[in-house]
Amino acid sequence: MSRLASGGALIDRDTAISFSFDGKKFRGVKGDTLASALLANGVKLVNRSYKYHRPRGLVTSGPEEPNALVNLGSGNRHEPNIRMTQIELFDGLEATSQNRWPSLRADVGVLNAAASRLYPAGFYYKTFIHPRAAWKHVFEPMIRRIAGLGRAPTEADPDTYEHQYAFCDTLIAGGGPAGLLAARRAGEAGERVMLVEQTERWGGRLLVDDDAEIEGKSARDWIAEQVAALEAMDNVVMRLRTCCSAAFDHGYALLYERRGDHTIPTGPRHRLWRVRAKQIVGATGMIERPIPFYGNDFPGVMLASAVRDYVKLWGVAPGQDTVVYTTNDDGYRTALALHEAGCRVAAILDSRADPVGMLVEQAKAVGLIVMPSTGIGKVMGSKDGVREVQTVPLDKGDDVELGKRLQCDCIAMAGGWSPVVHLYSHSGGKVVWDTAQAMYRPDPENPPRDRFGEPYVRLVGGATGALTTHDVLASAAGEGAGVPVHCAAEQPASPVWFTPSHGKAALGGKHFLDYQNDVTVADIRLAAREGFESVEHAKRYTTLGMATDQGKLSNINGHAILADTLGKAMADVGTTTFRPPYTPISMGVIAGQEKGLLFKPVRQTALHDWHAGQGAEFEPVGDWRRPYRYQKGSEARAHSITREIKRVREAVGLLDASTLGKIIVRGPDAGKFLDLMYTNMMSSLKPGKCRYGLMCNDNGFLMDDGVVARLDEQTFLCHTTSGGSDRVHAWMEEWLQTEWFDLKVLTANVTEQWSQFAVAGPNARALLERMEGDIDFAGLPFMGFADGTLNGMPVRVFRISFSGELSYELATPTSYAVSLWEALLGAGDDLGVGPYGTEALHVLRAEKGFIVIGDETDGTVTPHDVGMSWAVSKKKEDFIGKRAMERSDLTRAGRKQLVGLLTEDPKFVLPDGAHALSADGKRAIGHVTSTYHSPTIKRSIAMALIEGGVDRMGETLEIGIDRKTTVKAVIASPVFYDKEGARQNV
Amino acid sequence: MSDLSLARAALDVTPPPDLGAQVEALSSRGMVAIRGDLADAGFAAALKAATGCDVPGVRRSTEAGECRVLWMSTDEVMIFCEWSAAPGVVASFMEKAGDAHVLALDVSDARAVFRVSGEKAWRVLAKGAPVDLERFGVGEVRRTRIATVATGIVRTGDDSFEVFCFRSFAAYMWDWLCVGAGAESLSDL
Amino acid sequence: MLLIQCPACGVEAEETEFAPGGEAHILRPEPGCSDADFAMYLFERKNPRAVHYERWRHAFGCGKWFHMARHTHTLEIFGVYAADAPEPPQEIKDRIAERTAS
Ligand SMILES: [Zn+2]
Repeated sequence: MSRLASGGALIDRDTAISFSFDGKKFRGVKGDTLASALLANGVKLVNRSYKYHRPRGLVTSGPEEPNALVNLGSGNRHEPNIRMTQIELFDGLEATSQNRWPSLRADVGVLNAAASRLYPAGFYYKTFIHPRAAWKHVFEPMIRRIAGLGRAPTEADPDTYEHQYAFCDTLIAGGGPAGLLAARRAGEAGERVMLVEQTERWGGRLLVDDDAEIEGKSARDWIAEQVAALEAMDNVVMRLRTCCSAAFDHGYALLYERRGDHTIPTGPRHRLWRVRAKQIVGATGMIERPIPFYGNDFPGVMLASAVRDYVKLWGVAPGQDTVVYTTNDDGYRTALALHEAGCRVAAILDSRADPVGMLVEQAKAVGLIVMPSTGIGKVMGSKDGVREVQTVPLDKGDDVELGKRLQCDCIAMAGGWSPVVHLYSHSGGKVVWDTAQAMYRPDPENPPRDRFGEPYVRLVGGATGALTTHDVLASAAGEGAGVPVHCAAEQPASPVWFTPSHGKAALGGKHFLDYQNDVTVADIRLAAREGFESVEHAKRYTTLGMATDQGKLSNINGHAILADTLGKAMADVGTTTFRPPYTPISMGVIAGQEKGLLFKPVRQTALHDWHAGQGAEFEPVGDWRRPYRYQKGSEARAHSITREIKRVREAVGLLDASTLGKIIVRGPDAGKFLDLMYTNMMSSLKPGKCRYGLMCNDNGFLMDDGVVARLDEQTFLCHTTSGGSDRVHAWMEEWLQTEWFDLKVLTANVTEQWSQFAVAGPNARALLERMEGDIDFAGLPFMGFADGTLNGMPVRVFRISFSGELSYELATPTSYAVSLWEALLGAGDDLGVGPYGTEALHVLRAEKGFIVIGDETDGTVTPHDVGMSWAVSKKKEDFIGKRAMERSDLTRAGRKQLVGLLTEDPKFVLPDGAHALSADGKRAIGHVTSTYHSPTIKRSIAMALIEGGVDRMGETLEIGIDRKTTVKAVIASPVFYDKEGARQNV
Repeated sequence: MSDLSLARAALDVTPPPDLGAQVEALSSRGMVAIRGDLADAGFAAALKAATGCDVPGVRRSTEAGECRVLWMSTDEVMIFCEWSAAPGVVASFMEKAGDAHVLALDVSDARAVFRVSGEKAWRVLAKGAPVDLERFGVGEVRRTRIATVATGIVRTGDDSFEVFCFRSFAAYMWDWLCVGAGAESLSDL
Repeated sequence: MLLIQCPACGVEAEETEFAPGGEAHILRPEPGCSDADFAMYLFERKNPRAVHYERWRHAFGCGKWFHMARHTHTLEIFGVYAADAPEPPQEIKDRIAERTAS
């Protein structure tokens, strides 16, 4: 066991927690992460690498962890690719390792490693390009099986998620010392503040590096004081376990709150805060860089800061015998922490020739061995971890030889610190390379700018490159508001990009840069030699930084090596853009509440439940659900549809047409306005009458149709297609507001005020006359309408027909819909009344050759193309689409025109969209737009758009069915039934 | 004559248990949409005569008796009243407006209205409306969206909001509000 | 995601409440215009990496159209103005001149 006898600021040793990893039971304590608990249990091997399946251990203690990805949970709560370092332990937690087969300790994929010389940079691109089929059938399945990341969940996610919109003056990302101080200052200034911290604790690195004295207090007391002061402020919102994932344009930020990951969730598991902030303060700190040395990926090789975290926060020793490899003073803190915890420090290897300063002196004073100008030349180890390192002098030329051997079971890498500049970079801020400190810093000349052109993201603390607690707090305090801090001064670092870097010692072996994607120093150098000179190209070629950790540890080392190989300065190879999210967020939280029942709004008519109760099978029409057919018992679809069609042709059917759009257009200029909106004349319509109208866009193409009724001199009611009401209403308003704003016209969308039913069939009038009321159905002429009551319910009756039968449409305020509908059905059993659905409606209209916008039209079809020139006014000076219809392409001969098609085999129903072929069979000359079996004329019918179709009546065409089959069909009139229109004129 | 309460029954629904905020469907709510020149004295007089209310300021509402008038747009208001009173409000407004270029329509059946109330009512709406509801005054009106549904919101009291949308979305909106009002999900907000 | 102030209702709202309507100040030609003029009206649009005058509608809000002067790259918004304005107001032009000078 590696749990230390004492220490561990975050743990409660008295509360044991049991959990399992790869099916084996373990115990941790309250406050542990899965990572610290496994370390405490002596588990070092936690994963296999992606490409070479090398054994890997923990590298970090936080969200930047590249190796320790696990499958979390089981069954429907299984989730892959979760970082162990971010999993707070709870009773019953189950995790399994991933990327190994058949088991973590015996992994077949290790063969990859044996053959690793065969896997250079770009290997996949180079190898698997030819033959293409081999990729799909051989290579890919194989690679997926043995490589791949975690297993995708197979069951529906039982958890819930939600969003929350929030607004603030200042959003502060990061609850370390800089974030706390910035929040305190903003809160005291009366600003509306949100302070978020990705971990479960406030204080950041100050909890670990607690040697500073701030405002005369210990670091811990100072943190507690800040937290208490902030909690007392009404204008400050504080959230733990909440990561500022993204900072987008105009102050829009996404916060990812992990509400239920540290326990079995009650309520939403994750919450996505969608925040608008006037200012975003990134107090996001720094991430330590690893050092790429030969063999730097054995379990036990860790960031020095992580080693220190495990010792001081969780009371766990990652190793009993540690080599610290540092480029700076901070590495000494790890050595000192280990020493104080009673762990042996084998040596401190320092890249600098002459390390001096307080921390160095302290280390020497307690007897630690410091080896200046020394690095790691080679590591010996196995899947059980590091066994030994061999040093290499860093101040020798090409004749360099490996040096001393040091026994150890842990290596702490202190490669320097990289500011977390992501939030600055997410929405356009630039970063610059600081050669002196060897880090990317935010470029104050190029900040992200808001809608006023003013900077709105500011970094403070470590994220600016401040290294000491003094500098961190000074940058967060704001001008003249600093706090007194006593802490150790630090000497300049001497970065090392990889060791051994030259001479014989550098040959062979792997220096890992990107642990998750197995990218090595050699890969980057190969990419540079092959001409990938820009960071963006080298990155894509080698996959550096493209794993789930997005290169948090690897990018900067990779850039430096690329620059070094090319002999360029860092600034000249460029840096990649940091893109959101900062760490992966769950798919569930992106959907939020809108899943399952709430996935997408479905619009229902007032009769929806009635339809459902009568066996309706619904179909989507826009956002609406309309009854496609009503199933009786277990009858087949075709049977229901035929039954419903016959009802309308032979008796009387009721259709719920409530989804038809209804727009009131009123004003002294209403007629003039509608003359512009429709292709035909509307101003001449008499009050009390209806007219069918076509609407085009300014390209001359059909966009909607419907019946227009003139209610009075100033008021029109325009019907639109189902699902077209919002669009047409917006279209009218667009022209009124932006083009013809001098017209005195007001509009209102009253679609849902009125429910509307078609009553269609030879018995329609008889049925309606049985109702009590004041409407003269016999006297109502075709295309007329009347207001009145039926059984005491207010109705407006239109005599219009979309089926070719005697037909009325009844509109009633929606509250009466169910009552009126049921009254109609109850009044005519002997008349054969019953409902019909949209499929029957479509067959009925197709039998009559009536078009449907969206079936016969596709945004390239004019009224002339569909044989409706009669509805295009020649008298009007202007209407939308008029000028376009005079363009040469719209008047040319040979445009596709609407015709009917009768298949040679009357039983064969053409597929929708089937193409008609030219005589030589080489070209499509049109396509089928609507196609049905017509029970009325007992054969198949179709409508089609065919080049020059109107002049080709009687011609036989070949219609392509699939690659091999064609069928013959004759061009005919699209009106298949009752060409004279006798049936509706009774 | 069909019974009114039956006619509106589709909007009468019982909320599920364990809500952290109250959700109700206001099924007897009547609505009148009026468009015209809001700055015109004749318009104001007609509105006053029909409702007793003054013309509301931008994104505000006014109240008198059973009526509340909501500012909907630069040339549009919406009247909330009893369902049965709406036809009378239309007639009265149109009579008083005379020849003015206005439009007044009974749209009581076009929309559904819900009340969300309780200390955390605003948090429920803030799960789907991109609006700063924490700083939203009593009487203030906002047309926005909840999820992807066009929605109007009016704050009728310190802890009370009314939410309206087209009636076809009523079932969706009801479910959405009830899910959002779940006690567990509000417990840490 | 943009934050836009609607000049009609005064609301400051996120982009999801608005619908874009393309380039502004395009004149619809008279019915008897030439093919070239009409093609220009139908099809020719600017696509600058610069200030763009554009049409927007407060679709989920007050329903009103308006104009906006926006930089397509920096996303800076120089102002919003009425839908019936034939050209941008002078104050917006001045602001653009001032903001884009340096
Ligand atoms: Zn607006």
